[in-house]
Amino acid sequence: MSDALPSPLLTLRGIGKSFLGVRVLGEVDLDVLAGEVHAVVGENGAGKSTLMKIVSGGYAPDEGTITLDGVPRRFGAPRDAQRAGIGIVHQEFNLLPERSVAENVFLGHEPVRRGLVDRKAMLDRTADLLASIGESALPPGAPVGRLGVAQQQIVEIVKALALDARLLIMDEPTAALADNEVERLYALVRRLQQRQIGVLYVSHRLQEVFDLSGRITVLKDGRLVTTLNTADTDPDRLVRHMVGRDLSHYYPERAGPDEPRPVRLTVRNGGNRRLRDVDLRLRAGEVLGVGGLQGSGRSALARALFGAAPFTTGDVTLDGEPVRLRSPRAAMRAGIAYLTEDRKGEGIVAGGSVLDNALLAGRALRPAWRGRAARTARVRDLLTAVDVRAAAEDQEIRFLSGGNQQKVVLARWLALEPGILLFDEPTRGIDVGAKSAIHDLVRRLARDGAVVLMISSDLPELLGMSDRIIVMRDGRIAGELPAGATEEDVLTLALGTVPAAA
Amino acid sequence: MRIAERRLLATRPHRPGTGGLVPILVLLAVLLVLLTVRQPDFLAPSSLMSFLGRSAPIIVLAAGQYFVIVAGEFDLSVGSLVTAQVVVAARLIDSEPSRTWPVVVLLLASGAAVGLVNGLVTTRLRVSSFITTLGMYLILVGAVYLWSDGAPKGGLSEEFRRFGRRAFEDVVLVGRLPFAVLVLLAVAVLAVLLNRSDFGRTLVAAGGNPRTAELSGVRVHHVKTMAFVLSGLAAAVAAILIGGYSGVSFQAGAGLEFGAITAVVLGGVALGGGRGSVVGAMLGALTLETLFTLMNFYGVPGALRTAVQGAIILLAVAVSARRSVRR
Repeated sequence: MSDALPSPLLTLRGIGKSFLGVRVLGEVDLDVLAGEVHAVVGENGAGKSTLMKIVSGGYAPDEGTITLDGVPRRFGAPRDAQRAGIGIVHQEFNLLPERSVAENVFLGHEPVRRGLVDRKAMLDRTADLLASIGESALPPGAPVGRLGVAQQQIVEIVKALALDARLLIMDEPTAALADNEVERLYALVRRLQQRQIGVLYVSHRLQEVFDLSGRITVLKDGRLVTTLNTADTDPDRLVRHMVGRDLSHYYPERAGPDEPRPVRLTVRNGGNRRLRDVDLRLRAGEVLGVGGLQGSGRSALARALFGAAPFTTGDVTLDGEPVRLRSPRAAMRAGIAYLTEDRKGEGIVAGGSVLDNALLAGRALRPAWRGRAARTARVRDLLTAVDVRAAAEDQEIRFLSGGNQQKVVLARWLALEPGILLFDEPTRGIDVGAKSAIHDLVRRLARDGAVVLMISSDLPELLGMSDRIIVMRDGRIAGELPAGATEEDVLTLALGTVPAAA
Repeated sequence: MRIAERRLLATRPHRPGTGGLVPILVLLAVLLVLLTVRQPDFLAPSSLMSFLGRSAPIIVLAAGQYFVIVAGEFDLSVGSLVTAQVVVAARLIDSEPSRTWPVVVLLLASGAAVGLVNGLVTTRLRVSSFITTLGMYLILVGAVYLWSDGAPKGGLSEEFRRFGRRAFEDVVLVGRLPFAVLVLLAVAVLAVLLNRSDFGRTLVAAGGNPRTAELSGVRVHHVKTMAFVLSGLAAAVAAILIGGYSGVSFQAGAGLEFGAITAVVLGGVALGGGRGSVVGAMLGALTLETLFTLMNFYGVPGALRTAVQGAIILLAVAVSARRSVRR
């Protein structure tokens, strides 16, 4: 099956979509060839997710046509798209943890013999499908809940293949994977390619886009900017297309080495179920970066300081006085704010308005009837100051892009005028523009005398923003690095070994 | 979703939570038109006022139920709480006028206490509120039977009954103004203010996403418990009105919990919490009562009420689920 000149598998022409009168997508053209990996990039809010939902049948487009294999299609529901041969692997998986791999793969279209589910056929066919993509090590009978994230992702992909998907949409497929798992995903994508499956690959990580894709389509503000051959471009040029400016002065200037500012918060011998022997001094005006692998205790540290999962041993002092940070409220009263890593699950109230979300902490901590109007006015100013882009302040926050949601959460905390801010992956899943806005803000807060603790998996960000870096490993502080450390320094501490020479 | 030239967020004139009232208002208007076609004098001030008076208990209950549902919980105990309160009031007052006010206070306090227990069991013992309040429902039914030996005793004083059955006569514009309508008005104003207060907004947030709320400093257990207390208080007010209007019986509050839940759902409040307004919930109750009146006028058997309620719950939930997926 190798054609000399492949005709497009999928053709989109003039796709447009509006929500509540706000146009989020317009005049988007895009082709995917059989066996091609076609990357789609753009800032959050650029319209990538909306476009993917349109292709996979989640939304019906207001304008434009979808052609699959030369046949015009209209998808009323995801099921229609599945039947037509379009599969999607979401960032968050849709799997039943209690069921086996095979049962998940054939969910809803189980092979039937004499009116009963033919388990043997189901297991065999799943094994065949797994073998066809070189993953025969995965047992078809294993319950999905026992598998790791990378393996669950494979189950999702096989699920799509079981429906004869010829086009696979992968939405941020590496977001949940560890570094060594990414290599395996690469191999898997290449095998899909060999099987003449077209892949629409959505990712924020430019590295992957350049490693995998043949062509790249850039979206900005719901419009098509350009489609490029990957071989003819480079990351700098791509970023310019995405944001319309260079990456160079990406990280704001540090405060500069003037006289040391006072220590505001100290932890001595702090520990709980997930942390041990934590000794920490946080100075005013300082951005303390926290590095480490997922699960190394980075978030546990922030949660302990915020009282969400308090220290059970050790002493904490604030401005020299002992404090007990035993609940978020206690921490908030002490002037501590915490921006969570899981924005959707712990950061926003998805069905609430932008304004209600921004007012939440103030309302909870200092309920008042008089003075409400002044407080609301202040929060409105903050929303403007952090440059939230939304149709209106009573728009439900779930309709905003990730970057704008994060800015609303930030405004919520700034309203309390906190002296100590704990940021947990503040720019994860956020577009480049919002990212640099948040970096500027973090820097400005520090310059104005706040203590900032910033957890980040993004090493350039960690190195670019921090005045000092601590690296966590197994619930302990594995080591401390000064500004100017390298990525290798951080990784060495995080892994606890000297990485093999690359 | 980015509008480059507009930096300031548009502030709209209407208040938070009142955006979704259009469907229920349209439905209510349609039903009222149908009613007027059949019964032209229904919209006359005096008959409208007495209709409002009759509907007051269910509207009050819907307001109470709203706070519980928007916090992501259920209160199934209100119907039997109303029954218990009416029966208890009759036995305690025993037709003695001087005991009226103490008993009114006692009813309010015991309503709040039942709500407090519901709330504490749900939040502290982590029993699902569906089960908690179902248990409370059964406990109250059993307790009131036991306490009254199977038949209501005593009687309500005329002073007690006036809240539910008396009216100011010869009022300008409306003619006859039932006390129940004034009670309703007071409850409605309180409910709206409460819903707009910081307590109300944090309650809605706790229903929408308890994790986020907790990490933003909301005492989720505390506000949810308060919601149950409000529902218990609403039941006490409803019991006072119902006792006055229809007298003492073991059937006084039968089925009211489902009426209230139906009303709340009909008013566009999402089961599971986080979305909807108290005005919508109260309008939902009014709409439900209008529908029953309409059915009455058209000679539909009263036995169909429950079936209609069930159908409305299913339909309203289906519609709201569809709406939230669609957008």
